[in-house]
Order: sequence, then C-alpha cells, then structure tokens
Amino acid sequence: MLSLRVNGEEVQISTDPDTPLAYVLRDILKLKGTKIGCGLEQCGACTVLADGEAVQSCATPVAVFEGRDITTIEGLAASAEGRRVQQAFTKARAAQCGYCTAGLVVKVTALAQAGVPADRDRLKDALTGHLCRCGSHPRVLQAAEDVLERKA
Amino acid sequence: MSLENYPLVRDWLHVKNGRLHLRTGKVDLGQRISTALMCIAAQELALPFDTIDIDPVRTDDSPDEGITSGSNSIEQSGAAQRLACATARQWAMTAAADALGVEVEALSLEDGQISHRGTNDRCDLLDLLVALPADLPVDAQAPAWVLNGPIPDAMPRGLRDMVEGRYVYVHDLERPGMLHARIVCPPKTDAKLAKLDPTVVTRLEEKGVHVIRDGAFLAIAGPQEWQVVRAASSLAAACVWDLGPELATGDIFQAMADRDAQRFSVVDGKPDPDAPLPPTLDAPAYTETFERPYTLHGALGPSAALATFSGGQLEILTHSQGIYFLRDSIADSLGMAPKDVVLEHVPGSGCYGHNAADDAAFEAALVAVALPETPILLKYTRSDEHGREPVGTAMAVRLEARLSAEGHIDAVWMEARGDTHRGRPRAGANRAGPARLAANAARDCDVPRFVPEPNMNRHAGLHRNLDPIYTFADKRMVKALVPDLPLRPSALRCLGAPANVLAIESMMDEQAVAADDDPIAFRIRHLSDPRDIAVLEKLRDVLALAGPCDGPDASGRGIAYAQYKNAMTRVGVAVDLSVTEVGAVALHHVHLVADAGRIVDADGLLAQLEGGVLQGASWALHERVTWGPQGRESLDWESYPVLRFDNVPTFDIHLIDAGHAPSVGAGEASPSPTVAAIANGIFAASGLRLRRMPFDADAVMQAALQA
Ligand code: FES
Ligand code: FES
Repeated sequence: MLSLRVNGEEVQISTDPDTPLAYVLRDILKLKGTKIGCGLEQCGACTVLADGEAVQSCATPVAVFEGRDITTIEGLAASAEGRRVQQAFTKARAAQCGYCTAGLVVKVTALAQAGVPADRDRLKDALTGHLCRCGSHPRVLQAAEDVLERKA
Repeated sequence: MSLENYPLVRDWLHVKNGRLHLRTGKVDLGQRISTALMCIAAQELALPFDTIDIDPVRTDDSPDEGITSGSNSIEQSGAAQRLACATARQWAMTAAADALGVEVEALSLEDGQISHRGTNDRCDLLDLLVALPADLPVDAQAPAWVLNGPIPDAMPRGLRDMVEGRYVYVHDLERPGMLHARIVCPPKTDAKLAKLDPTVVTRLEEKGVHVIRDGAFLAIAGPQEWQVVRAASSLAAACVWDLGPELATGDIFQAMADRDAQRFSVVDGKPDPDAPLPPTLDAPAYTETFERPYTLHGALGPSAALATFSGGQLEILTHSQGIYFLRDSIADSLGMAPKDVVLEHVPGSGCYGHNAADDAAFEAALVAVALPETPILLKYTRSDEHGREPVGTAMAVRLEARLSAEGHIDAVWMEARGDTHRGRPRAGANRAGPARLAANAARDCDVPRFVPEPNMNRHAGLHRNLDPIYTFADKRMVKALVPDLPLRPSALRCLGAPANVLAIESMMDEQAVAADDDPIAFRIRHLSDPRDIAVLEKLRDVLALAGPCDGPDASGRGIAYAQYKNAMTRVGVAVDLSVTEVGAVALHHVHLVADAGRIVDADGLLAQLEGGVLQGASWALHERVTWGPQGRESLDWESYPVLRFDNVPTFDIHLIDAGHAPSVGAGEASPSPTVAAIANGIFAASGLRLRRMPFDADAVMQAALQA
C-alpha cells in the first residue's frame, strides 16, 4: 500500500511502486485531465504540481511521490492562482486541440505561485519543456503574461 | 457535393429537447470546424450559441462528407449548413406568420424568438422547428440572413473543459470490462516475425494479459494500463524480426533525381495526361532546386482508438479524419460487411493530416475481434507514433526562370518531384484500402502491396501550389511521381505547397534582390488580381507602421506571398529574424495579412493562421525524419526536434474582411509562405541562401562555410 495526497485528499493505493505517477492518476484514480504525450519527460503534457513545484509525472515512479502534496489539473481550481490561470487561458483562447493545455495550465500556475515576473523572454524559456503541435503558443504566452501581470 | 447527397434540411439539423442539433460529416480536429458550424447556425437562425449542439459524427448516422482535409470543410459543410439553416428559418417564419395570422414581413426574429413587431405576440423558433417536415428540401437559393446580425464572438467548443482538464479524448474513455492494449511495433512495417520466445508469452499470459498474434502483428491487452505497457516491452524483447530488404539510405533527393518518374504536364494547376511535357527553358537566368525532407505529423498525443466487437458488429471510436473510407477499408480487411462496422469520431490530439489514427483504429479492431464482447482501448506509445505513422512526403522542386529585357520574369519551368501524398486507406483497385493499413503488411493475409496512382486533381499532392500565382507569360510545369522511396508517405497539412511555395517565393526574392527592387513592389508588378495586390499593399502599410526590422546583429526581414491552392485564403507574411553566431535562427516578429473571404469565426481564423505559421516555422527550422537500413531513427522528440516555446515570435495579424466573397478555408494557408519568408529572412540577415529544409544550425553553418 502506498499513501498519496492528491488534490487535498489522502488516498491509499496498491500498485507496483514502479508505476509512473501519471498512470496511477489516470488509470487508478481516474483523474484523466493529466495527459501522456511521450512518457519520456520530453513534452510536458503530464505536468502536475508536487509541493507546488511543476513536475513531469509520466516516468517518475509513484513511490517517489509518497508524502508529497500532488495537485493535478482537476484540483487546480481549489487555489485562487489556479482559477486565475484557468480564466486567463479561457480568455486568451489558449488551446486548439487542447492536448498540451492541462500541462501548460499547471506549469503557469506554478510560475504564478512562485511570483515569476511577466517577462516574455523568461516566460518563453520557462515553458520550453512543453510542446504544443497546434501552435497555441502565442495565446499561452498571452494568458501567462496576463496572470503574471495580475491582470486576469 | 454535400448537398447533392444530403438534400433535406433534416439531414443537416434537427431539434431535440429544446436544443438545435447540427449534423455534419466533418470532424473537429482542433481546427474548430464545429465552432464555425455553430456560428453559422447561430447567425442564420438568430439563436443563442448555448442552444446549439453538434451531433457525434458516426458512419451509421451522419452525412457522409468524405475526409476532413484540404481546408474544404468551411466551403462544403459550412455552405450546406448555411443553406439548411436559412431554409429552416424561412419555413419557420412562414409557420409563425400562419400561427399569428400576419404577413411574414411583419415578423422579426431575434434571440430565438419570432415576434410580431409592435405587439407582444411571439413564437419560439425551436418549438416551431420541432415540426419541421421530414421531407423539406434544402433551398439552394435561400437568402443568407447573416448580414443583418453581428458576427457572434464564439467561445471555442470545449475550450473551458480543456482548460479545466475535463475534455474527454479517446485516450480517456472508460467502458465496463474495458482492456488496455498496446502493439509491439516492429522496426519496419513489413518485418516478419522470425521467432517469438514462447516462454515469454506463457509468462505474460499467466500474469493475466492477452497476447494477440496474427502473422507478424502482435499486441497485448490487459486490465491495467501500466502493466500492459510493461508487458508490451517484455514481448518486444522476446521477438526476433526478419527485417527483409534493407531501407535505402543515403541522399533521398539524389535517389529521387536518379529514379524514373511518372511525369505529367500541369496545365492551369491540373495535370493533363494528354498534354506534351513542356521543354525546359533555353538559357534560363535562374536555375535552382529546393528540397524538403520527410516530416512527421507528430501529434502531441499518440494515436489511440476504442473498439468493441459484439454480436458480429464492430464499433470503433477513432480520431481518424476519414471515418467513411476507414470503415470500408477495415470491413474489407476483415471480410465484414461495411454496415457491420460502425465508426464514430471522437476527439484526439490535433492531427495535421493522415497520421497513425487510422492504423491504430484498425489495430484496436484486430484486438477486439480476437477478444469479443470486450471494449479495447488501444494506444500507441511515443516511439510507435514516431516510428510507424505515415510521413509527410519528401519533395524536390526544380525551378528555372527567364527575365525580359525590363527585368520582368516572363517564363518559368518547374518540376515538383516526389512520392505520393495519397496514403490514406481508401477503396480502389487492388484492395487499395486494406493495402494502406500498416497492420495488413504484418498479418497473415494476402493484401497486395499498395501502388500509388498519380493524383490528377487540381492543386493536389505534389503539384499543390506548383502553378505560380504570378502573371508570368510562359509557365511550364511538371509533376513527377517517384513511388517506392524508403518511407511510407501520406497526406500532411498543405501537401506539396510548402516545397513549391518555397521555390517560387525564394526565386521571387532572389530576383527582387538582383533587380535591387523592393520585394513587395516586385511581387505586385507580377500580379493582376486586385485581392492579391490588396493583401500585399496592406502588408506594406503594416510594415511601414512597424518600422524596419529591429533586432540584434545579423537580423533580417523575409517576405512571402501565396494563395492556398491559388483559390483559397491569401496570405502575405513578413518574418523578422536573426541568425546567431552558431547558425541558429531566432524568430522575432511575424506580420501577416490574410484574406479568407467573409469571416465566419474571426478568432478561430486567427488561431489557424498563428498555428500554421508556427507549424511552418517548425518545418522550416527543425523537422526531418531520419532512418537507417533497419528502420526509422526519429523515435522521440530528441531525435526529431521541433519548434519550442523559446523560439516563438510575436504576432501582428491583419484580416481583410472581403465582405460578400465566399468564406474559404484557412487551416493550411499560412505554413507555406512562412517557410519561404523564413528562407528569405535568413538571406536578408546573413546573405546565405538555403534551399534544403530544415534550415537548422548545421545547415546554416554549412552554407556559411561554402559561401
Ligand atoms: S508525457 Fe510526460 S513529458 Fe511527455
Ligand atoms: S493545442 Fe494541440 S498540442 Fe497544443
């Protein structure tokens, strides 16, 4: 048995401790908002918060996350920052197919919580671990700037 | 074509539980066609947006509109939907006039309510439409109403759910008793299974997973997803493959040039098998070749499908762009009647053409048939997707040009060479549908090898945008199909246009430079259509306002112009970029002017143009599939680099609203001119002229060494 804290709730799960966190979230806890794009820590689609830090969940074993506070896209709206980021993405229409979106919303929330300044070049570098193949980037940057400038 | 086969209003819409349901055969791939259709219905019927739904697109229910591709949806499905809604509105207005005992002219329609002006007599439009006669034909002359109302500012369908993590993709589906499945992807599609260690199979089966085998097609199914992923790797490790003939390596462009080709004269954008091949130019002033390598679609989410085989019926939920053709190809592969195979489109990751969606759907079906009464959710891994999906065709375009005494280009000869872009499973001679499904190359079945036929349609395949938009007096164009190159090619966003536009627009740029002329003025001198000229004049104004390209040393501005298929959206684009000391191209600003006819969903149009620019930039700067004798080597995002956030430019986009001109598709309009504008920008910044994509740091440094 492994205990995890996900979106503010304690959960006990029995699984192979090597199972990457994303598969536990999606397949066992049925939190399917976290996407798997590569399983190789190359695209950012699977990003979640662990103790407020944005981390990729597709390859790191769930056992590593014992005792850490995990927030997925589904739990983001519990924080004011998360809600503001979601609103800013909606306002900027920062999604086409949306497959990359959850990971980006989570990442921008982490940046907002860390109080990163709204500097376009730094923002671009901060998001560079995230791929989007539809080209929603300009709108994602717009949404992130709105949040970081506290406009959203 | 949509209306010919589906002539009734009921084919396109119906009212259920107080809501308007639209029916369409076009699927939403993230390009927001469903939002655009909802806008059209909202406009034509003056209905609030949130009273409109789109029915699922299913082969046993929806109008068969073929494939969702080529930027045709807004013209085809959009036009049909507009007329169906306009007919329904006319019918409802007449019905309301009868009910209220007044003339139609005395009625007004607003917010879903028909009211008798000056009174409080009113009827609810949706209530009336419940009684819409089943046999009411669409009136092809039904007048558009849209101009009376403002264009709704549509919230893209599903956006809020995407942002909150609730939008359901095929990957997320759940069914009672469902099993997860993975394939064991062979290094080459046609590899044979020489040996499979039976003890590994037994061990896996003892752990409760199913091993499915049909010839060299191998798959795993089991209740827990991670267990299945692990089992698939154990099984892969237990396989000994007979790889068959090695893939030819070496310079693909040389291979293409050396091989015999099926060549056709292209007249006015269309190959003509009877026209003699045009001779090359005598003593051309300009002769260059432009090359584009194989590229991936590279959807962010690997392909997936959910299939269930129950009571002799196969149901497949898929993100394929062509569910009707795929149904026929799958039915043919399995010896089933098409009516016993039902496909429904469900959202997947954005796809940009014929990727692995169709193969994954068929493979899910193979597992489902082996495990009847069990829903099977099959997903590709990242390396399955990179290694197995059909690739965008590699192309070489040769261009010769001749100048008049006044420095005007008066003749060009062009040849677009490469393999087919038509790899979609689609019925045809020699069981061409099954022959184009990857798993049939591995299964124990006698599906013949696929032999491509040249696409003779206007602006199709290799010759898309081969015909220059410019008024050159003498245009000689050749399409040269070279089949059987090493990788399996198919349709990728824009087909041949990026390579052809790169050739034409690089040549225009080089000639403008040689003539010491302004690149926009030079192009305008070679155009006659007022809407083409208007786009470039607007771009000139936009650039004048923006000021000269400002950036670090070695910065430059590249210009390009193209009208997609010489018939759809017109795009003039300027890219400001710089070339770093190590040869990397940094993108700064994109200024773009587009004319897409009447604007339906302005924000959706902007999103398509931006996304297209970034995809074009990714092709231009990064994308190239690599392979060795034993199979592909681009198997992840490191071995296949793409554009990332750190190189995203700022955008300044201007839409020309062409009032009454019909709406034309825009999903594929901006990538090709962007590729060319980047090539021209690299020249402006560095003096280096690159003609082989991608223009990555290696290519730039090599060009610098040779300069
Ligand atoms: S899915 Fe985790 S980084 Fe791609
Ligand atoms: S919106 Fe499709 S991958 Fe980003």
